[in-house]
Amino acid sequence: MERISKDDVKHVAKLAELEFDEKDVDKITTQLDRILDHVANISKVDTEGIPPTSHVMDVKNVFREDEVKESVTQEDALKNAPDMENQGFKVPKID
Amino acid sequence: MALDIKNLKYEPVIGLEAHVELCTRTKMFCGCRLSFGEDKNIYTCPVCLGHPGSLPVINRKAVQYAIKIALALNCKIQDYTIFHRKNYFYPDMPKNYQISQYDLPLGVKGHLDVDMGDYTRRVGITRVHMEEDTGKLLHTGTTGRISESEASIVDFNRAGTPLIEVVTEPDIRSPEEAREYMIALRNLILFLDVSNCSMEEGSLRCDANVSVRKKGKEKIGTKTEIKNLNSFKFLQKGLEYEVERQIKLLESGSKVIQQTRHYDSKTAITKVLRSKEEAHDYRYFPEPDLVPIYMESKMVEDIKKTIPELPATKAKRFEKQYGLSIYDSNFLSNDRDLADYFEKCCSCYGNAKNIANWMMGDFSALLNKEKITIKESRVTPENLCRMLEIIDGGKINSKMAKSVFEEMFAAGKDPGKIIEERGLEQIADKSMLEAVIEEVLRDNPGPVEQFRQGKEKALSFLIGKVMAKTKGKANPRMVNEIITKKLS
Amino acid sequence: MEIHYLTAHELKDRLKKRELSCAEIAGSIYSRIDEVENKLNSYIRLDKEHALSGAGEIDKLISSNAIEISDFTGIPVAIKDNMCTKNITTTCASRILENYVPIYNATVIDRLESRNYILAGKANMDEFAMGSSNENSYFGPTKNPWNTGRVPGGSSGGPAASVASGEAICSLGSDTGGSIRQPASLCGIVGFKPTYGRVSRYGLVAFASSLDQIGPLTRDVDDCAAMLNVICGCDGNDSTSIDTAVPDFKSFLAEDMKGMKIGIVKELMAEGIDREVREAVQMTIKMAEEAGGKVEEVSIPSLEYALDVYYIIAPSEASSNLSRFDGVRYGHRNMQARTLREMYQRTRAEGFGEEVKRRIMIGTYCLSAGYYDAYYEKAQRVRTLIINDFKKAFGKFDVLISPTSPTTAFKIGEKIEDPLTMYMSDICTIPVNLAGLPAISIPAGLSADKLPIGLQIIGDILREDNVLKAASSLEKAIGFKDKPGI
Ligand SMILES: [Mg+2]
Ligand SMILES: [Zn+2]
Repeated sequence: MERISKDDVKHVAKLAELEFDEKDVDKITTQLDRILDHVANISKVDTEGIPPTSHVMDVKNVFREDEVKESVTQEDALKNAPDMENQGFKVPKID
Repeated sequence: MALDIKNLKYEPVIGLEAHVELCTRTKMFCGCRLSFGEDKNIYTCPVCLGHPGSLPVINRKAVQYAIKIALALNCKIQDYTIFHRKNYFYPDMPKNYQISQYDLPLGVKGHLDVDMGDYTRRVGITRVHMEEDTGKLLHTGTTGRISESEASIVDFNRAGTPLIEVVTEPDIRSPEEAREYMIALRNLILFLDVSNCSMEEGSLRCDANVSVRKKGKEKIGTKTEIKNLNSFKFLQKGLEYEVERQIKLLESGSKVIQQTRHYDSKTAITKVLRSKEEAHDYRYFPEPDLVPIYMESKMVEDIKKTIPELPATKAKRFEKQYGLSIYDSNFLSNDRDLADYFEKCCSCYGNAKNIANWMMGDFSALLNKEKITIKESRVTPENLCRMLEIIDGGKINSKMAKSVFEEMFAAGKDPGKIIEERGLEQIADKSMLEAVIEEVLRDNPGPVEQFRQGKEKALSFLIGKVMAKTKGKANPRMVNEIITKKLS
Repeated sequence: MEIHYLTAHELKDRLKKRELSCAEIAGSIYSRIDEVENKLNSYIRLDKEHALSGAGEIDKLISSNAIEISDFTGIPVAIKDNMCTKNITTTCASRILENYVPIYNATVIDRLESRNYILAGKANMDEFAMGSSNENSYFGPTKNPWNTGRVPGGSSGGPAASVASGEAICSLGSDTGGSIRQPASLCGIVGFKPTYGRVSRYGLVAFASSLDQIGPLTRDVDDCAAMLNVICGCDGNDSTSIDTAVPDFKSFLAEDMKGMKIGIVKELMAEGIDREVREAVQMTIKMAEEAGGKVEEVSIPSLEYALDVYYIIAPSEASSNLSRFDGVRYGHRNMQARTLREMYQRTRAEGFGEEVKRRIMIGTYCLSAGYYDAYYEKAQRVRTLIINDFKKAFGKFDVLISPTSPTTAFKIGEKIEDPLTMYMSDICTIPVNLAGLPAISIPAGLSADKLPIGLQIIGDILREDNVLKAASSLEKAIGFKDKPGI
């Protein structure tokens, strides 16, 4: 049984804002299916009562004080902008 | 036309999600200043612009403020709390994920009691959590609407502003309750001094989940979510429209479809934004760039100590301590500045009821008319008290006081000075008054005769004549006494 | 030996004795670059003028006694192109960042600048650090200096090749699943991944946030320890950096390893490991015993699942980390798109290479509704088991030993069409990242076809001391002095 279908791939691509043509969809479906099938190995492991780890180090309560740090200049903020207008980042029509 | 909830076969079931912008000095995860509509993109840095390699660091003050809000809403503060990433693409989001909280929010299971006049609605608070605000989008074109513009401009000044989300249980039963809840929430948070809570400025925002069900039924119907309810009025109007829309649908035999709708204040209707099928898959997962916050009990206790007396407690105290009515107590304790003002007056003048009457009457009317807050007004508590003392001493009557107060309000002057300048002092000199009264009685034999025959109205007429002759300066109480004595 | 093949500490001595100037060092590195760079492609960006004038400035400061000569003063260091350098293009070897000019410095760069280092150049890598061969670079693959038909390993292939060939004295790489140690191993140099949180990640373009760690690639363990002294330490800009005292790592360099308890990881000496690699490691085990170490085999059973856990967690975090590359604020944008979604999709389709897109897809899938529990969360639970297994092993041993890579450098093109096989090349290094441990790779000899073999030494959390002690002692015993033929 396949783990991931072409339709799944198209749905995931939409979530990830990626575009694939039909030919690529075929290829990536096969690859993803193989990889997911491999990694799904972990379903065999008994993890009853085992908590998930998101941080390996036991670090907690890290804060910064509410003190102003100089912002970057407006020029620096915008210097990498692919398109801009009126001191703002310009994007095409929102659909 | 307001919705007549009591006469409906259906009952609205409403839950609200409020977003509160905190008034910390800096943003949630970086040291940039918070912005108030300045030039675009001037308060940004690698972190709040989502530049590659940048990392968030939690603002301690924002967490303290959040705990303060959660405590004031009677929430249980969790032993530990973590941040999650909420993933979706939108140009006002610098990282295309929002750092928010998911299954371990900071506070849970609280409530807020909303006074509805003849009953109190207890609204359950599901959760209070922290997150970061997005940037602002400006749509090109003349209307400024998304659908009619060819491009949008992004300003990241607001991106990263600390936000608190307050989510209620579906406990609200009418659009009016929804509005009152939001007002109560705003008043409460204003007491805590952690947000400006202005719906106009967007520092308090609200989305609503609405469904309707036949009265007496348990099961909750299919809900819709309404966005962009950006004033207390629109909140109520939008909900009224939506409740009616849903009832009409059900009555005509169709179904409510789960969808997100947008309230358009210009046309006063709600429109579909997206359906459930297009709903986001946010792919929440624990934010690996931030570490957990463990709520040390001392930290929470210290924050608890900074919470001032809240409206509900204050109202009860006002009732007891100053002998005010429930209505007056609620009115004066809902607004922190009003309450403080009232108590300042009480400390220099003995008759609390008099103070309350003035504050809720002429004073409030003027504040509303000028659209200013009591804090911005030029009438000091000391001057208000002095005026009340002068009235009590019989130097001026209440009608004169009204005009004196107007000048105090406009010019911020001492009432004694105004009375002196305008020569308003009442004629309380008995011999002077007697002379005027003799004259009036002589000139009006008809009414005098009527009074003698027992017509009380004639007395008012005679007093009015005396007042007119003295240009309102006579002490009406004394005039009354003298006339009655002379004619008896 | 040629200047470009000296170590940083040797150069420091000569600078101190005024036998050499910084300008001469930079000059010799750049003449070496002129000589071999067209064969290796170790760099994405070079700025000879800037490096030479910078070296001249430092010479002036030294001669006027304005600065002290400390470790890395005037030393040309290659920086992997995923660390932000203010006003200097930082691409992550991706088209999507081809023209990206950072507006800030990574914390490690600030630290090196405080030592007056010389930026040799921005080194080539697998796009967004995803890869084990350096073939996934938008700017073309880097070649192995020992054999240009072979890969240098990855993803820090450029930092490894530049140091191995004399195009830099040392370099900084990043290691998410072996990306420092595996290329160090394949290029015959030293590579160190510190304990997670030792080095600030601020300014390191994130691949998988819970695994990424910056570390040095050097010619010997001494330089490695010296570089750790510079880059380690708590940073207020990185909440995950550890607030713990930084020792003088150079003080751990030792002649022998008397009394050290060494575990040989059984699962990493099995079938899948090349015979020659295994034999070389076995040789070092004998040396360890001769140097006073007590060696024993140890089994870490959960390692069987390490690769699977990694290929769920790393792509999941990456899918989120890489969503900021959308063409709005910086980087490549498809300018023909007429709507926002079209712009997003085309920008990202054009901007990312195949492997990056593949991993974004895997990660997005593993986090998506209905799959999160079975993939991402389950992987985080199995990760806990791996951590527990290591904890148990370190209850008994000071360090663990294994090969760094199951093979020596493989041929360019050999595995690129088969992602799963490629992923297997990180089998020995990945478990270390999952558990946040410090680990080093040191050269353990050459194969019959003259390709370097690497030995991995793993320490417990924050026990860089043990790793360095074992590494420096074994380095002396092994006595690896060979240089690539290029
Ligand atoms: Mg929210
Ligand atoms: Zn900022």
